[in-house]
Amino acid sequence: MVATVAHAGRLRVGRETAWADAVRRVALLPVVLAVLWGLWEGYRALWIETGWTWPFRVDDTAMPHIHAILAQLFEPSRLNGPTLIHVLFDAALFTAKEAAVGFAIGASVGFLLAVVLVHSRLLERGLLPYIVASQTIPLLAIAPMVVVGLGSKGVTGWVSVSVTAAYLTFFPVTINALRGLQSADARALELMRSYAANRRAILWKVRVPASLPYLFAALKISATASVVGAIISELPSGIQDGLGGAILNFNQYYISEPKNLWATNLVAALLGILFFLAVVVAEKLVVRRAPEHVA
Amino acid sequence: MSSPETVVSLRGVAKTFAKGQVTALHAIDLEVRPREFVSLIGPSGCGKSTLLRIVGDLIEPTSGDVVVNGKPAHRARLDRDYGIVFQDPVLYDWRTVSKNVALPLEMLGWSRRRRSERVREMMELVELTGFENHHPWQLSGGMQQRVSIARALSFSPALLLMDEPFGALDEMTRERLNMELLRIWEASGATVIFVTHSIPEAVFLSTRVVVMSARPGRISGIVEVDLPYPRTAHTREEPRFFELVTEVREGLAAGRLPVDEEAQAEEELLIVEEESG
Repeated sequence: MVATVAHAGRLRVGRETAWADAVRRVALLPVVLAVLWGLWEGYRALWIETGWTWPFRVDDTAMPHIHAILAQLFEPSRLNGPTLIHVLFDAALFTAKEAAVGFAIGASVGFLLAVVLVHSRLLERGLLPYIVASQTIPLLAIAPMVVVGLGSKGVTGWVSVSVTAAYLTFFPVTINALRGLQSADARALELMRSYAANRRAILWKVRVPASLPYLFAALKISATASVVGAIISELPSGIQDGLGGAILNFNQYYISEPKNLWATNLVAALLGILFFLAVVVAEKLVVRRAPEHVA
Repeated sequence: MSSPETVVSLRGVAKTFAKGQVTALHAIDLEVRPREFVSLIGPSGCGKSTLLRIVGDLIEPTSGDVVVNGKPAHRARLDRDYGIVFQDPVLYDWRTVSKNVALPLEMLGWSRRRRSERVREMMELVELTGFENHHPWQLSGGMQQRVSIARALSFSPALLLMDEPFGALDEMTRERLNMELLRIWEASGATVIFVTHSIPEAVFLSTRVVVMSARPGRISGIVEVDLPYPRTAHTREEPRFFELVTEVREGLAAGRLPVDEEAQAEEELLIVEEESG
């Protein structure tokens, strides 16, 4: 009884600190943003004032005012066209679709690969070097081949971009999931053996749950990588509708209007953060472990 | 091969590790009868945990016959004839207490209703009612080990194998759990094989204490414990209890090697066991 009461007390304290922690984090956000803003503007003012040219000369082209970049979002992107924020929102949505599908393909393939490898020492030794080698080929070299290859089979362009993004995202998932599947405690496996458990039961009841913290660490990397992968893959694929297309476009007019590119970068970063947060939320919902185990 | 009056029958069981380099167990003969509580005691490296795992078909013996419940050990494992408890509770963090206890029942394909019914009974047996929805990390070490025992007994196996289950607990918790274990043993009707380092624990719990010695691992003597059940806190203060403790201690001393040699044997065996996983 005593134990129960003490225990409930500890839990309540735990929940309260969790709340306070969340509040503190939210309160911290404007502070962090203000500091970043101050650093940018301070650096800018100092370099312009002194005329320093190292590492580069600072002017409105190299570093526009933050408020000017934000204001630019509500300007028409071209004569009589929709506002920039409207254009970027559509582009971000398009890229998000590519990235989400790429993330899903990459995570699934990556996880399946890990499941196969954990069951065969021979395959693990034989295949792992090639899986590692696959990541040494630049995405920019892969993307056109995938687009042309899949295009000849009648696959739409954006799906090809997803496939290319998946090529980037599967890798951390495979490596970490393999590690996680192997992290199952030797005694836990012995226990399953004592129940005469088959491979499938061992996989689902021990190995997969044990791998989840590792898996989510990888998914966090993959989530942001899928956005980057999708944007990069758009460039050589000639796809105009996404953020990659926008970046390519605004890049050409950087000298005359640098704020468009900066605004696009901002939106791309936000999209990456959004993907990351989605994985964090999923992890909170799925992984139930001792607090000190949470990765 | 074995009479129906034995739950476990070992004949000439031997185990060598590292391609015959180290003899972990040599010529083990042992019969365990139904409802017995048999402790295996001996120095580190005498192969008592290895012997327990051979009974459970978690390790294969190099030679000899292992019969459990009248069938080969392998068959007995596939038939889920025994439950096992390790020194670590080996509870799954991601499962609640009740789902940990229900794990073997899931393996057996029991229905949800039957599982929850049995879990409720087991929680009563180990006196953890009210903690069903806690996670293992919210429990003390002693409570975790009780969950582990509940899990091992949940599917009513005839045999309970315990590998130093209270070795990591403090003395007071250990003594309390000793009493609880005896109560659970009587209530469940299971036969218990119990590996321990502790002489008083072995004497307090057991109907028989099997004394083992190292290099090679072998049975050097068996002490019949004639203390009456139910055993209580007073049992530990009886003269007969001390006599039996002394008998086991002398048995251990008689089978002991000169100190440095024993330490060396221990070390070798540990290395080999690690290598062979």
